[in-house]
Amino acid sequence: MAISEKEVKHVAWLARLGLTDAEVEKFTRQLDVILEHAGKISSLDLAQIPPTSHAIPLKNVLREDRVGTCLTPEDALSNAPKTEDQAFAVPRIV
Amino acid sequence: MELYQMTIHELHEKLAAKEISAKELTESVFSRIDDVEDKVKSYLTVTRENAFEQAHKIDEKIVAGEAVGPLAGIPTAIKDVMCTQGTRTTCGSKILDNFIPAYTSTAVQGLLDEGIVMTGKTNMDEFAMGSSTENSGFFTTRNPWDLERVPGGSSGGSAAAVAADEAIFSLGSDTGGSIRQPAALCGIVGLKPTYGLVSRYGLVAFASSLDQIGPFTKDVTDCAIVLNHLVGHDPMDSTSVMIDTPDYTKSLVNDLKGVKIGVPAELMAEGIDPKVKKVIEDALELMAKNGATVAETSLPNIEYALSAYYIIAPAEASSNLARFDGVRYGYRAPDAEDLMDMYLRTRAEGFGDEVKRRIMLGTYALSAGYYEAYYGQAQKVRTLITRDFNKAFEDFDVLVSPTSPTTAFKIGERVDNPLQMYLSDICTIPVNLAGLPGMSLPCGTVDGLPVGLQIMGKTLGEEMLLRVAYSFEQSFGWNEHPPL
Repeated sequence: MAISEKEVKHVAWLARLGLTDAEVEKFTRQLDVILEHAGKISSLDLAQIPPTSHAIPLKNVLREDRVGTCLTPEDALSNAPKTEDQAFAVPRIV
Repeated sequence: MELYQMTIHELHEKLAAKEISAKELTESVFSRIDDVEDKVKSYLTVTRENAFEQAHKIDEKIVAGEAVGPLAGIPTAIKDVMCTQGTRTTCGSKILDNFIPAYTSTAVQGLLDEGIVMTGKTNMDEFAMGSSTENSGFFTTRNPWDLERVPGGSSGGSAAAVAADEAIFSLGSDTGGSIRQPAALCGIVGLKPTYGLVSRYGLVAFASSLDQIGPFTKDVTDCAIVLNHLVGHDPMDSTSVMIDTPDYTKSLVNDLKGVKIGVPAELMAEGIDPKVKKVIEDALELMAKNGATVAETSLPNIEYALSAYYIIAPAEASSNLARFDGVRYGYRAPDAEDLMDMYLRTRAEGFGDEVKRRIMLGTYALSAGYYEAYYGQAQKVRTLITRDFNKAFEDFDVLVSPTSPTTAFKIGERVDNPLQMYLSDICTIPVNLAGLPGMSLPCGTVDGLPVGLQIMGKTLGEEMLLRVAYSFEQSFGWNEHPPL
């Protein structure tokens, strides 16, 4: 097995995905098949190969420190499920 | 011939000569939508009222004697992954069912500035994750050539809309083949430009190092015309390249003499449907007859491309999709006990299975203890694949392969087997990993279903792609239409 139910539960928790027991069972089965295939590359000897994170060479892109146009608070809040006093409102945290 | 069946360049001539009005053209396309949309289901949102307002503005300009560009008045469909101010943008996901963007993506804005008439937003696999539109949170789009079959994905709605004449052209996005594969399965032209050539600002991110916007068109000439108005540096996307972009219509030259075409053996091997392979071989023969030199080549590390892709893309997605948390936009699960409960339930109820699978895959591949074995290795494989392409391009101007290993498959055939679905992308994924341009154009049929020819080019090699594609199109003379 490339991945266990316990690991799937842990990963789902890290990703903030609530799963039912039936889903844990199903996803474990499916992810196992996928990781089995994807895992083919784990055993390759690539110690001398540099990694590529981007296909084109990238360096920091700077701009002038000047105020540009940006969203108004009303626009920024227009899609929020719940707002309060120009802020996003969420359920209690503690 | 009905107006909705015509190409951009044919319609532009008629509009500029005042033979037709933008209103008449828009009416023609919407009458077609009224006739076939029930069967094809390309659109998630149809923006009829706005479309007629935009058409009216173009007609006023033309009547006033103002010159209009080649895209003015042309009915255009947009994949629902690009933000459109004031128009619902769902990404095919229930979690964004009610999302109305406050701004418009740069690519779409560029076309709006040119005077396109937006017909609506098209269906797609949820967050562009899929190869069939079956992962849409809303419904499955059908292939206009056979309504029992998928149109491909993830930009299946955009491809089906053009193939079914429900739009004159459309925009899609391509992370691992999501423009080229549906273009192939629907018998139209699709282009994924070089990474960075088109701004990604306002394109809802799936895998940021792979995503690229491109057009679906009815022919290669239209592809060049649209590309002219998509490209260019955008200060809002720091990965967009700073180059002087050419006039791509100048590449529409019917001449293959001296063009060196390489055929990667790995993409004509086992796993490719023999009937599809035969159609590709015939296409290569035609190109050789017209003066191209055709020879076999090799991309030896391509066997690892699928593995690397299905680690890198989910890894980036797991990070990009963290933003959908029920706080700032989109769906929020009701009556949560506390913040954590709200996150867990919002994402459980808002995302579909494929998105959950990829988020978990990516989270796993990036997690402590597995990072080097999966993500680290995948990034190194990416280097090997880029080197393979660079080496091949020392000897060849373009590489050619099938776009998809099979023609359109039946709806439901692959939904229970995610890995088999992933294998649909085997020919298209390598190009994304190397950031290269890739194009698909129709080159024949198998059992009444279209086959796509994939042409892969060097970095910023769009001009050569267009020349090869145009030359093939002129000699092949594709003139088949779906039996709708």
